Amino acid sequence: GQLHIIIHIPANHYLSYDLVVLPNYLPALEGSLHSSILRNRKNIPTSLKTSQAPFTSVSKDKISQTAGHSSEDDNQSSNGSSAQLFTRRHGESPVKVLLLLVVGLSFSTRLYKITEPPHVCWDETHFGKMGSYYINRTFFFDVHPPLGKMLIGLAGYMTGYDGTFPFIKPGDKYEQQNYWGMRGFCAVLGSFLPIFAYLIVLELSQSHTAAFITAILLIFDTGCITISQYILLDPILMFFIMAAVLSMVKFNQQRYRPFTASWWFWLVLTGVNLAGAFGVKFVGLFVILLVGLNTIWDLWRLLGDLSLSLVDVAKHFLARVVGLILLPLFLYVTVFAVHFVVLNKSGPGDGFFSSAFQSRLMGNNLYNASMPEYLAYGSTITVKNLRIAGGYLHSHWHLYPEGVGSRQQQVTAYSHKDYNNLWLVHRQDDNNSQSGSPDLVRHGDIIRLEHKETTRNLHSHLHEAPLTKKHFQVTGYGINGTGDTNDLWQLEVCGGRKGDLVKVLRSKVRFLHRATGCVLYSSGKTLPKWGWEQVEVTCSPYLKETPSSQWNIEDHINPKLPNISLSVLKPHFLEILLESHIVMIRGNSGLKPKDNEMNSKPWHWPINYQGLRFSGVNETEYRVYLLGNPVVWWLNLASLGLYLIMVAVASVTIQRGFSLEQSQVLMRGGGLLLLGWLLHYAPFYTMGRVLYYHHYFPAMLFSSMLTGITVDILLNSADLILQPPYSDWMQRVGQMVLLLSVLYSFYLFHPLSYGMTGPLAHEPGSAMAGLKWMDSWEF
Amino acid sequence: MSAMLQLPLVVTAQVDLVLVLVSLLALWTRLSRLSYPNAVVFDEVYYGQFVSLYMKRVFFIDDSGPPLGHMILALGAYLGGFDGNFVWNRIGAEYPSSVSVWSLRVLPALCGALCVPLVYLLTLELRFSHLSALGAAVLLLLENSLIVQSRFMLLESVLIFLVLLAFFSYLRFHNAPTSSWFRYVWLLLSGVSCAAAIGVKYMGLFSYLLLLGVAFLHTWNLVGDQSVSHLNVCVQCVCRVVCLLVVPVLLYVFWFYLHLSLLNRSGPHDQLMSSAFQASLQGGLSRITQGQPLEVAYGSQVTLRSSASQLIPCWLHSHKANYPVRYENGRGSSHQQQVTCYPFKDVNNWWIIKHPGRQELVVDTPPRPVRHGDVIQLVHGMTSRFLNSHDVAAPMSPHAQEVSGYVDFNVSMPAQNLWKVDISNREAESEVWKTILSEVRLVHVNTSAVLKLSGVSLPEWGFRQLEVVAEKLFKAHGSSLGWNVEEHRYGTSQEPKEREAELHSPTHIDVDRKISFWAKFLELQWKMLAVKQEESEHKYSSAPLEWITMETNIAYWLHATTNAQIHLIGNPVSWGVANLSLLAYQLLAAVYMLRRRRGFKDLPDAVWDQFVCLGCVCVGGWVVNFVPFLLMEKTLFLYHYLPALCYLYLLSPALLEHTHTHLLSSVTHRCALCVCVSAVLLSVFVSYRTFCPLTYGSPELSANQLRGLRWRDTWDILYRRR
Repeated sequence: GQLHIIIHIPANHYLSYDLVVLPNYLPALEGSLHSSILRNRKNIPTSLKTSQAPFTSVSKDKISQTAGHSSEDDNQSSNGSSAQLFTRRHGESPVKVLLLLVVGLSFSTRLYKITEPPHVCWDETHFGKMGSYYINRTFFFDVHPPLGKMLIGLAGYMTGYDGTFPFIKPGDKYEQQNYWGMRGFCAVLGSFLPIFAYLIVLELSQSHTAAFITAILLIFDTGCITISQYILLDPILMFFIMAAVLSMVKFNQQRYRPFTASWWFWLVLTGVNLAGAFGVKFVGLFVILLVGLNTIWDLWRLLGDLSLSLVDVAKHFLARVVGLILLPLFLYVTVFAVHFVVLNKSGPGDGFFSSAFQSRLMGNNLYNASMPEYLAYGSTITVKNLRIAGGYLHSHWHLYPEGVGSRQQQVTAYSHKDYNNLWLVHRQDDNNSQSGSPDLVRHGDIIRLEHKETTRNLHSHLHEAPLTKKHFQVTGYGINGTGDTNDLWQLEVCGGRKGDLVKVLRSKVRFLHRATGCVLYSSGKTLPKWGWEQVEVTCSPYLKETPSSQWNIEDHINPKLPNISLSVLKPHFLEILLESHIVMIRGNSGLKPKDNEMNSKPWHWPINYQGLRFSGVNETEYRVYLLGNPVVWWLNLASLGLYLIMVAVASVTIQRGFSLEQSQVLMRGGGLLLLGWLLHYAPFYTMGRVLYYHHYFPAMLFSSMLTGITVDILLNSADLILQPPYSDWMQRVGQMVLLLSVLYSFYLFHPLSYGMTGPLAHEPGSAMAGLKWMDSWEF
Repeated sequence: MSAMLQLPLVVTAQVDLVLVLVSLLALWTRLSRLSYPNAVVFDEVYYGQFVSLYMKRVFFIDDSGPPLGHMILALGAYLGGFDGNFVWNRIGAEYPSSVSVWSLRVLPALCGALCVPLVYLLTLELRFSHLSALGAAVLLLLENSLIVQSRFMLLESVLIFLVLLAFFSYLRFHNAPTSSWFRYVWLLLSGVSCAAAIGVKYMGLFSYLLLLGVAFLHTWNLVGDQSVSHLNVCVQCVCRVVCLLVVPVLLYVFWFYLHLSLLNRSGPHDQLMSSAFQASLQGGLSRITQGQPLEVAYGSQVTLRSSASQLIPCWLHSHKANYPVRYENGRGSSHQQQVTCYPFKDVNNWWIIKHPGRQELVVDTPPRPVRHGDVIQLVHGMTSRFLNSHDVAAPMSPHAQEVSGYVDFNVSMPAQNLWKVDISNREAESEVWKTILSEVRLVHVNTSAVLKLSGVSLPEWGFRQLEVVAEKLFKAHGSSLGWNVEEHRYGTSQEPKEREAELHSPTHIDVDRKISFWAKFLELQWKMLAVKQEESEHKYSSAPLEWITMETNIAYWLHATTNAQIHLIGNPVSWGVANLSLLAYQLLAAVYMLRRRRGFKDLPDAVWDQFVCLGCVCVGGWVVNFVPFLLMEKTLFLYHYLPALCYLYLLSPALLEHTHTHLLSSVTHRCALCVCVSAVLLSVFVSYRTFCPLTYGSPELSANQLRGLRWRDTWDILYRRR
């Protein structure tokens, strides 16, 4: 029943332009309704005045009601005269020309010298290797979700890379390998960033100048170029982030035509891109938050729109749940499903996962495993903790350091397969295995576990555990199997009764310490350096049955018993999914900074304090250094401050009852971008993991877009202080100065991206002589 | 005039008897038998050390918080005549009769007691009734954990008092009529108590930020009020900024000023501070450095301290041991004499500055000062080896060059022992190298690498001392490159034997060197924030989410022989009430908001404003005092939750009143509510009584009774085996 009237009023003074850019656009009437306008500009064309005349007589509420929209939130501002520079210069269709210019520049800067240097650079050693794993279908473990590496692998596969290059360390020559395809794929995705940024800013500000400034900043930023040119996850991640933001902004623009095809299109596209971003790196969570907050805001607006019935609101809500939650979730899970299907061979990542999981990998020792079925005395076993991603019970020739309990041999949990994970099962008294067929271990038996490599017994006593002070310490004690009564453990099968046998792989067992009554426990906390960053094992006095205190017998070697083929319960897909996520999260938080390593701090990033060396150190080597164009980055930093000041001034002015043109673009568009920047930057301050300079790049994209809007509005506001002809000149001079300084700085710093050889910057005769503006830059 | 003369002289006083009553009860619960137990209880062992150091005026640095809290505790001790002579070494140690335990504990207890009337007044300022105010006061009064925390030499009660005072005085200011200028006294009081709260514990910052937020909203409304003139708005804004921003910052600095002027003697934490800072303290380094010659000259004997921002100080060191020919990993070394950085004072830390062109190791008369840019050699005092570096990989950091004391093995490895002096904090190009003040980089002339502390410790062969390397400048950053001369004297003996004797003798002469208060303040503040405690779990530590359900208790004290003990356990009933009201408020707020958005105005605007204000202060207060802990990686205890809990106790009665007046219309419902409330209050009182023995430490309970008090399995109550 609602009649949707779309009102076309040229808010701009240039009608032709307006009709091209803004097909459906509700103009602000605010400017004409308020009595006082802080502007010197007097050149409003008469045609505009007449076209607005009918509306000025109607009250504001009435208009918005007829239009079927809520009153408060929907007033878009008039755009001042933003696009005039380019409209004048390029005539009829500036849109296409500008966009083509941006596309051309973007692709050419990113694809230029894409094959240089012809050796492995920086993290290519990881991601290139993982791409190869996909091609070889070898299972591996990484802290990031699989989509990015799958795409890299796919790109390599399509361009004829055969997955044989080992990617051992940075600096390895590629020789005959087809590495350009993977690099080119990343560079193409990276080339879309300035284009997306252009379109986002255009959508938010309706100003071609702002959009073009943003695109120029990104196109000529050496950092963005460098990070796009190599086999890395970042260009892929940023592609999805920007695509998600672009579709979100487009979707916002469709709000007056709900449930039309284009509305659905952008909604679904947003969801797809969110799944993509999150599927590449967990950092994609931040853009999900951004879209989430935007959606909540949007729903809140719809809820306040009393012309919509509750059923309509519910429809809107459900549509978003489907498009932005269920669809991305489904896609994300699909990505994992593909990941597990593709990778079906045993590889370096096996030990991180549970026994059940390993049994599905071809080549793993648990794949179609065959071993004695019941645990027996005299067997050699590995014991795996049952908490998700728990490690193997492990010991090694190192003692607990001074001051940590008693100075005995360390016992830890370790995720990698290693001969130090092997233990021998003994009766409490005897040491020698008898002849004949060995006895089987039963529920309630008292056993002794001897570490095979060091011949120490698993031991516990009333000393505090190293990290979990409420628990007791577990050590390796004794020699050649002779120890004391603190070495005795009672073995219990969970849910078993006295006399039950212990099934290998399938029984959950607990080890109760005889002397103190505590239970063998893996706390999941990472030991400091002295413990080789392995996981703490303690003896917990709290006897509750949790996976942390349950273990299973994984390998079981006993030559005196017949091997029986065991089919382990194949895990459910959702179990694998959950397990791999917990492993990834734990892996991420385990990436602690090393003590003496130079660690990048979040506050370094916006000031461009220090870059990353992608390739080369010495004078003779081909050097590539990831560092943002300082002019661009410092301009971004300054604009952030400027933006805050402008918003503060504008809000106070409005709160005092004046009206400002463009305040809507400033606050809405700018606010969205500021929020994006904050969401992609602030969380790093709370992260304990090791951080790198390139983590800032998604935030930098938002910051650059904000700069575009801020600078454009600032230049437009020249007419607040100057009379018309002068203000226009000032505006144009400002734009030219900005353009030229960005171009010139790019000319100065381009060797950072495209490679340089010869002496370093602090020596005379270097290509970069005099450009080391900060001591901390390392080129 | 004549009319005034006719007036009688009248004093009208209104006394809120309820307020007086709760205050008296609060004083009684918090202050009675304060000196029992006559033993060190829990964290008193920690704060006590600082109180002793204040009494002795010995400098210390405590990373747990700014100094005001310690100073308040020290004030109590000072008034009680404590002389600082008590060793705070273990919980449960008996105080000797010379220590006035009562005076040590009385200030926190007083603050704890005053919280109760303050909560009463605060509820009134939130515009709720006297009955609600009484409810809030009773909840606070009968909260066992607050009583325990108040009765000992601890800081939480002081913090809570100051935070509540800040909010009370701010709301008093806000509610006062705009015309009165007296209300700015309240605003000022609010600012002062904020500063004091932050000065007691950094946690006060959370409440301060919330208060700033509330004040900002109020100010924003004021700015939007177009009936007020521009000038008036400006003046009011400036007043608020001064009282709530400028004054607190100045006061915060003032606490440090007090702290630093009180503590002027050197002590155990000196070594954490820079040489200049240490030299400003009496005794310690200043005793040694006083009277040292200021300008470093050729022939000077010096110790070089690394100015790395690491917390352990160390000095450039060498000793009669060479680098092993082969390291464990198979790499080779030059096998020359080791040069390390050593964290203790040692005679092997002395180096002599030598002019490359001359043989003498004594200072000329007049001394020839070393300037920025000069090239020098450094001779190790005890072994006479030259500080040398060459293109050999350093032992632990193979990307850097090895630094050694040069030994000529005749293996075509020439000495490369020239170093250029680069004073990084110079003001003029030809500045003289000054003792303590100059921060110097030593640049190796042959390779232009810089002498640097790598921060890695050497293995057994290097006696676990710290590795020193030389690294090319473009790779190295920051403060690990700088060195300063700490001890310094002009060498007078040319003969090696005499020189050794000279090095062993201590240095003395008199001059006074001062650094400004600001420099000291900034250094101290920075160190306090930068000192990282070893992250370790404590037996009674807990995670923030466990606080809501009071999963863990803390045993504060156990009698040496009997079962009498004190625990930090809250009143479980009040705790439940608090959680319930938090949940109820959020639900109610969500429903109200959704309905208002759809155009149903359930509440009149004034009531809605009151409801929102309640949420901002109480729920907001809980959030800011709780959520940040979820992100912290510190060792946390149940008592960190107490400030947040107090906000919930403010919330509960107010919310009940709101329900009573605005949600329940029928008389029967209201009666039912009243009955429920009285039942709850009764059970609050009963559970308070039940836990009293664990709160006050007396009477002693039997093991069975104790077991009966163990309401949760996770609580740790101690039984003595007899």
